[in-house]
Amino acid sequence: MADKNKRPLGLYLHFPFCVRKCRYCDFLSFPSDEVGREIYLERLKEEIKARGAAYQDYNIETLFIGGGTPSLMTGQQLTELLDTVRASFHVSPVGEWTMECNPGTTDAETLRIYRNAGINRLSFGLQSMNDEELKYLGRIHTAKQFAENYQAARRVGFENINIDLMSALPGQTTASWLDTLNKAAAFEPEHLSAYSLIIEEGTPFWDLYGEDRSGEADVDGIIADGGAGQQGKAAIPALPDEDSERQMYHLTKRILAEKGYERYEISNYARKGFECRHNLIYWQRKDYLGLGLGAASMVGNRRFSNVSDMTSYMHDWSYCQEEILDRKAQIEETMFLGLRCTAGVSDRVFTEKFGQSMMDIYGDIIRKYISEGFLVFHPSEGRLAFSEAGTDISNWILSDFLL
Amino acid sequence: MHIDQSKIRNFCIIAHIDHGKSTLADRIIEKTGTLTSREMQAQVLDNMELERERGITIKSQAVRIVYKAKDGEEYIYNLIDTPGHVDFNYEVSRSLAACDGAILVVDAAQGVEAQTLANVYLALDHDLDVMPVINKIDLPSADPDRVVSEIEDVIGIEAEDAPRISAKNGLNIEDVLEQIIVKIPAPTGDENAPLKALIFDSVYDPYKGVIVFFRVREGRIAKGTKVRMMATGAEFETVEVGYFGAGQYIPCDELSAGMVGYMTASIKNLKETRVGDTITDAENPCAEALPGYKKVNPMVYCGLYPADGAKYPDLRDALEKLQLNDASLYYEPETSVALGFGFRCGFLGLLHLEIIQERLEREYNLDLVTTAPSVVYRIHKTNGEMIELTNPSNMPDPSEIEYMEEPIVSAEIMVTTDFIGPIMDLCQERRGVYLGMEYIETTRALMKYELPLNEIIYDFFDALKSRSRGYASFDYELKGYERSELCKLDILVNRENVDALSFIVFEGSAYERGRKMCEKLKEEIPRQLFEIPIQAAIGSKIIARETVRAMRKDVLAKCYGGDISRKRKLLEKQKEGKKRMRQVGNVEIPQKAFMSVLKLDEK
Repeated sequence: MADKNKRPLGLYLHFPFCVRKCRYCDFLSFPSDEVGREIYLERLKEEIKARGAAYQDYNIETLFIGGGTPSLMTGQQLTELLDTVRASFHVSPVGEWTMECNPGTTDAETLRIYRNAGINRLSFGLQSMNDEELKYLGRIHTAKQFAENYQAARRVGFENINIDLMSALPGQTTASWLDTLNKAAAFEPEHLSAYSLIIEEGTPFWDLYGEDRSGEADVDGIIADGGAGQQGKAAIPALPDEDSERQMYHLTKRILAEKGYERYEISNYARKGFECRHNLIYWQRKDYLGLGLGAASMVGNRRFSNVSDMTSYMHDWSYCQEEILDRKAQIEETMFLGLRCTAGVSDRVFTEKFGQSMMDIYGDIIRKYISEGFLVFHPSEGRLAFSEAGTDISNWILSDFLL
Repeated sequence: MHIDQSKIRNFCIIAHIDHGKSTLADRIIEKTGTLTSREMQAQVLDNMELERERGITIKSQAVRIVYKAKDGEEYIYNLIDTPGHVDFNYEVSRSLAACDGAILVVDAAQGVEAQTLANVYLALDHDLDVMPVINKIDLPSADPDRVVSEIEDVIGIEAEDAPRISAKNGLNIEDVLEQIIVKIPAPTGDENAPLKALIFDSVYDPYKGVIVFFRVREGRIAKGTKVRMMATGAEFETVEVGYFGAGQYIPCDELSAGMVGYMTASIKNLKETRVGDTITDAENPCAEALPGYKKVNPMVYCGLYPADGAKYPDLRDALEKLQLNDASLYYEPETSVALGFGFRCGFLGLLHLEIIQERLEREYNLDLVTTAPSVVYRIHKTNGEMIELTNPSNMPDPSEIEYMEEPIVSAEIMVTTDFIGPIMDLCQERRGVYLGMEYIETTRALMKYELPLNEIIYDFFDALKSRSRGYASFDYELKGYERSELCKLDILVNRENVDALSFIVFEGSAYERGRKMCEKLKEEIPRQLFEIPIQAAIGSKIIARETVRAMRKDVLAKCYGGDISRKRKLLEKQKEGKKRMRQVGNVEIPQKAFMSVLKLDEK
């Protein structure tokens, strides 16, 4: 049901369930049983049908199922879900359809069904190739289980796979991070994401390490309820110090570049042509619709999001919070999202959109950070982007782009 | 309406802080039916929000009460409430001058304290008859007999028949009311002599102008009386006279000798009606003013700056309004390289400073940056000139200075004997000169010290409290100036002198303070894009250094499934944080760093 005259749209579906919460995770997800998942998916399909009716002028270019752990869905559940999408929306025949996948939750047979249902890109949340580190994070899988799942995915025909990695983990050394990087790259995925662990408020790690990341303790009692008994009792080592953390971070870019992965966003690396189209929609401020619990949308400078409370969502998914983005907000977002990409923000595109050069609006800030070496202006292409040093402290700089 | 002087009693209540002064005032008002308990808001006399919250009296207040005594007669009681803190000693003394007697409230558990003594001496100085009352007899730890002998031994006044009460529970308040008739003398003064009235307070009212509170010593004042303020020379035609109901002004025809009341005369400026001045009849003036008027000089100065530079006019307006009600507040514009436009403000003491600061923030909704408080130093220059220095930044070049003097106070510290050692150590550290010690009883002593004022304006109260587990009490008065070895300590952030952080310090403590200051600032200044040296210097000599390391990482993680609002919130929070900082050179210094000088002794 594709149509060239329709406007492009990214579709996000949220699956807020996992086997158990990881200790660093502050995403909207929670452990569940089969019945709960089934009821939720029924509700989600109703939402897809109803929203689809309102988006007949759009064509789904990318689809992304995030969570939680979407791979907790049975093959049949996923197939029904995607059938509902196709029945309700116009979809591009060359769309990028991604699904997040937790190693240790799936097998070759299920993956084959996923593939047949229309998923053509998998995103594996591996985080580390070191089983000790995985245990400290509260992950439910081992490196070996990942390898089995990954190879199965290749066998059943997935040709576009991402692996998520995390550095600066409890107990991690530069050597073990290097090992993880090398081993992950050896699988030859098309895409890699590498984040530094962020200690988020409201997570067990926050209670353990605090905002200043300094804690080091036996965590009996603090996260004993984090899940499986014998892991909950483990003593969790300290986070790497700042010097090691920076070393890991800089190593990442170098190693991945050597292996043929180019950084195209602060934490994202890909082989040429395999940049994640769906994520680029967010950074380039194109239209996307998010469905499911707490999912966020932006369509035509209208931002809205579904309720985050499960009971409310199950009761009435049509309620959402909406905000119209004025010119100021649009300009700010163009900068703070666009600069995340290595390509930066094009002044020509900016001027076309806002009738003013970004220098007219941000002249002082841009000049200041260029003179300090944190921003770079590429005159031939008319693009403003972070320098290597600027990327390290991007937040600090981006906050100055709020007007 | 004529009231017989013999039926009037003008008195105040004096007490150490927390001994129950305001509660007793409330009970007296309640018992005499001036207000029903239903109308009664706790502590009627403390009518500023801040006063109620802190449980202290800042402004003097007065109330007229009619008491029907057991002898069948009706008496008029004028109760004049006085500020209870040393900072407001001058205001206290003016209030006392309007009275004929004082009720001394002493806590039945704690007994005589430093401010009890200070207040009693002040009352005796004004020839007031002092009537002791033992309060809080309901406390389990109350020991009224001990306190009675303490009052008799330490203060030397008869206390055997002192009413033993619980103001909180309303116990034996009648005894107090009855005893006032006997123990507090009736006023005297010739009603037919020329007008002579003492101003003990004034407040600004937006509708009526300044409302002047006074006690008529001689003569009479009525609506239409043309009055002259003897010290300022200002003349006004009286628009209204009256007395004080609870929480309201009640106009009357005339006030005559012995009475306490107020007047209005469309007076626009509080400065024309100084507390302590004498009001007389402009057409029939008295020969000489009542003694006691003196100009109060601020003891402590600091810079007040709006956190948001654009709020400067708001701050000026707010200070103007506060000064209408507080003539002892002094301010003049000043500028700081680090903080921009603001005001150098003078206060009676540190509590006064805190109160003004809090009122500005609360009542006027201003976000303030306060610089370290400074006392007034006297600088004797080589050219024979003497200047009074209120802002460390204005200190002349050391080569121009012959010598410097700093203000010294006489301090009395009352402490239980267990803590004499620690308190002596504290006073020693603060350059105190020990003058002597008196034992009040076997377990308590009164220690006398001379201390430099600049050693007690920072955190002396806190240190005193913590080293005595809260048992020490403290009172001081300015003694005079003494020569001292002082120097100006400058703070350099990223090699730039931050004027708002400079302070004057005793030479012998300079190294220690400089080091602590650098350590404190290192904690307060967040990491920035480059390394920031923090140095303390005397002249061109660096005496301490710390370094704030450069920020190395500040990256936002994942995209949260397109939840951009969340990302925006993070950035906004960061931007807010930056806003609360002051740009000095290319370093951002958080506002609270400017206040950190105050808390160097905190662990």
